[in-house]
Amino acid sequence: MTHPRTLFDKLWHSHVVADLPGGGVLIAIDRVFLHERTGAAALNSLADAGRKVADPSRVFAVTDHIVDTRPGRSDQTLMPGGQAFITETRAAARAAGITLFDVNDPDQGIVHVISPELGIVLPGTTVIAPDSHTCTQGAFGALAWGIGSSEAEHAMATGTLRLSKPKSMRVTFNGRLSPGTTPKDMILTLLARYGAAGGKGHAVEFAGEAVSALDMEGRMTLCNMATEFSAMSGFIAPDDRTFEYLNGRRYAPAGAEWQQAVENWRELASDGGAVFDQEIEIDAGTITPMVSWGTNPGQTCGIDDSVPDDAPSAPLDYIGLTPDQPIEGVPIDAAFIGSCTNSRLSDLRRASALLRGRKVAAGIKAICVPGSSRVKREAEAEGIDEIFRNAGFEWRESGCSMCFYAGGESFAAGSRVISTTNRNFESRQGPNVRTHIASPETVVASAIAGVIADPRDLLESEAV
Amino acid sequence: MAEPFDTLTSLPMPLIRDNIDTDQIIPSREMKSTGKTGLSDGLFAGWRYKEIGGREANPAFVMNDPVYADSKIILGGANFGSGSSREHAVWALAEYGFRAVIAQSFAPIFAGNCVRNGILPAVLDAAAIATIEQSRAPVTINLQDQNIVSASGHSWDFPIDGEAKAMLLDGLDAIDLSLKMADDIARWQQSDRAARPWIYLGAST
Repeated sequence: MTHPRTLFDKLWHSHVVADLPGGGVLIAIDRVFLHERTGAAALNSLADAGRKVADPSRVFAVTDHIVDTRPGRSDQTLMPGGQAFITETRAAARAAGITLFDVNDPDQGIVHVISPELGIVLPGTTVIAPDSHTCTQGAFGALAWGIGSSEAEHAMATGTLRLSKPKSMRVTFNGRLSPGTTPKDMILTLLARYGAAGGKGHAVEFAGEAVSALDMEGRMTLCNMATEFSAMSGFIAPDDRTFEYLNGRRYAPAGAEWQQAVENWRELASDGGAVFDQEIEIDAGTITPMVSWGTNPGQTCGIDDSVPDDAPSAPLDYIGLTPDQPIEGVPIDAAFIGSCTNSRLSDLRRASALLRGRKVAAGIKAICVPGSSRVKREAEAEGIDEIFRNAGFEWRESGCSMCFYAGGESFAAGSRVISTTNRNFESRQGPNVRTHIASPETVVASAIAGVIADPRDLLESEAV
Repeated sequence: MAEPFDTLTSLPMPLIRDNIDTDQIIPSREMKSTGKTGLSDGLFAGWRYKEIGGREANPAFVMNDPVYADSKIILGGANFGSGSSREHAVWALAEYGFRAVIAQSFAPIFAGNCVRNGILPAVLDAAAIATIEQSRAPVTINLQDQNIVSASGHSWDFPIDGEAKAMLLDGLDAIDLSLKMADDIARWQQSDRAARPWIYLGAST
C-alpha cells in the first residue's frame, strides 16, 4: 500500500522536472494563456532578449481585458491608448506563432471562460496565465494559477517554472445549499469566515457533497475566487461531470487518446486518509446569500446581517456605510452581471429566470456582459438577451468589461454598484465607485428593488 | 536582469494598511504602457493625487511628504500586494526607486514578482513593524544575514526562500538558470509525451 496522497501532491509530483538548489523545484507547465493586457509585454520582452517560445502549440492568447464590449467593436477602445495593447499583442502573438483568439473571433471571450470551452484546460494539467483568476480553471482538476509577466516569459521560454511547494488545505462543504444560494455565496462565506488572507501559502482543494453537486460552471465560480483567499490556487477533483463537459471540445483528446486520458484522470483525487496541512469544514446548509460591505472580498456578510460593529473605519469611510448598518436595503445606483466569476450561460439563465417579466428599478444603470462570444450566442439562441433588455439591462459583447476600470467607460464617479465581479477594491469599477460583490441572483433582486435585496424573496413570490 | 540586492539603508515610508492591493499600487487606468516602463507616475495614483486621473499632489498621502522623498523601503501591513497579478505594480515600484517592502505578509504572486525585479519582500511581525514606524529613523536591511537593523540597535531576522534569496543577491536571471537545465526538461517531456500524449498539441517530433 502506497502512502495516501492528496490531489495536490499528485498534480505537483507528476510535474516535477528537477530539484533546484535552495529547496525549490522545476515544474513542467502544460498550458500558457496570455491576454492583451499583459501579453505584449511578456512576448516582446521575450523576443527582445533573443528568446523563443519553446512550444507555441501550447501557448494561447486572447483579447478580453481592454477590448470594447459595446456593439460594433473594433480595435478601438474607450481606454486612452488601449488600442496599442490589442494591436501589439496581435503582432507579438503572430510573430511568436501562438494561437490568438482575436477581437472578432467566434471563440473570443474571457480567458478563464474560453479555456474550458475549447478544452484547453484538462484534468491533471498545469495551467498558468498572467492573471490572478487563472485558478478558475482548477475546477477541472488542473493545477491552474496566476503569475506575473516575468514568469510567463519563463514558462514560454523553458516550458517550466521555478517554484517552492505550497502547503495543502482542504475546504469541505458538507450538506447541500439552500434555495437562492449559489457557489458565489459559498466562496464569499469562506472569505467572510476566514479572511482575505485565510489561504495564504496554501493550495486549496474544494471538496464535499455541496461541491460534488455543482455543475462545472458553478465549480468555476467557486475556484475563481481562490486568489481572493490568497491561495496559490483552488481546485476540485475531476469526475464524470468533468469528463462529460470536456468530451468533444476542440483541444481535448479524442478517440483512443480520450479513453487513455480519462483512465489517467480517474486517478486524480485525494486518497482516503491523505493528510492536509490545514482543513476547514463548512456546513453548506448554513450559507445564505452574501454581499460584501467593505473594500476587500473578506469584508462580506450574509444578506440578513449587518456591517460588523467593529469594522475598521477606512473601508467604511470609502464605502459609505456605518457599523451595525444592515446590508439589505442599502440604495444602489447600478448593477453589473459579468466577469470571469459569473458570466457563463448558467449564470445568465438563472439571472434571466428571476428577471423575466420584471423591470430594473427607475434610475438604475444595469449592464450584462456575457463571458464569451459563445456564451453570448447561446444565450441569444435561448432568448435570454431579450429578457435582459426588456427588464432594462444593457446587453454587451463579451469581455472583462466593467469588472475593472481601465480608463474607458465606467460607472459614474462615486456610484454604488452591486456586481457579480470578484473584487470590491477602491475605484476598481471606476473613480470612487463603491462595489458590493454578490451572486447573479442577488444582483438581479437588487436591480429590481433599487436597493440591496434578498433573492430568496423573489423565489418565494414565484412559489406562491 | 535585476540589480543585485545586498544591503540597503533607508528611511522606510510607512504605509501600514492591510490588504493593499495591486489596483492601489498601480490602478488599471494608469497602466498606459504596453511595456515595463513609464509606470512610476501612476504609482499609488488613487491616493497620491487629488483627483482620479489628475496629477496634483494630495499632501495628505505619505508619498508626498518630502521626508520620504528618498525612501527606498515601504513599510506595509498584512497581505501586501493582494489582488491582480499585474507585474506593473512591481515595475512601477522599482522605477520609482523602491528596493524593498517590509510587511506582515505578502500575496504570493506579488512576492514572486518582487523577487524577479530585484525588490526584496521582507516579512516582519506587526510589533517589529510598529517599532520601526515609531522610530522614524533609517533601517539597514542585510539580505545575506536576513536581518533588519534599526538605528537604535534593534535587530529583527526575516525569513526568505532560498531560491528567492539567491536570485536577489546575485541579480540572477531565472530564465538563464532554467535554460541551463534544457536536457533535464527535454528528458522529462520525452517520458511525459509517452504517458500523456494529449498534452502535446503540436506535430510530434
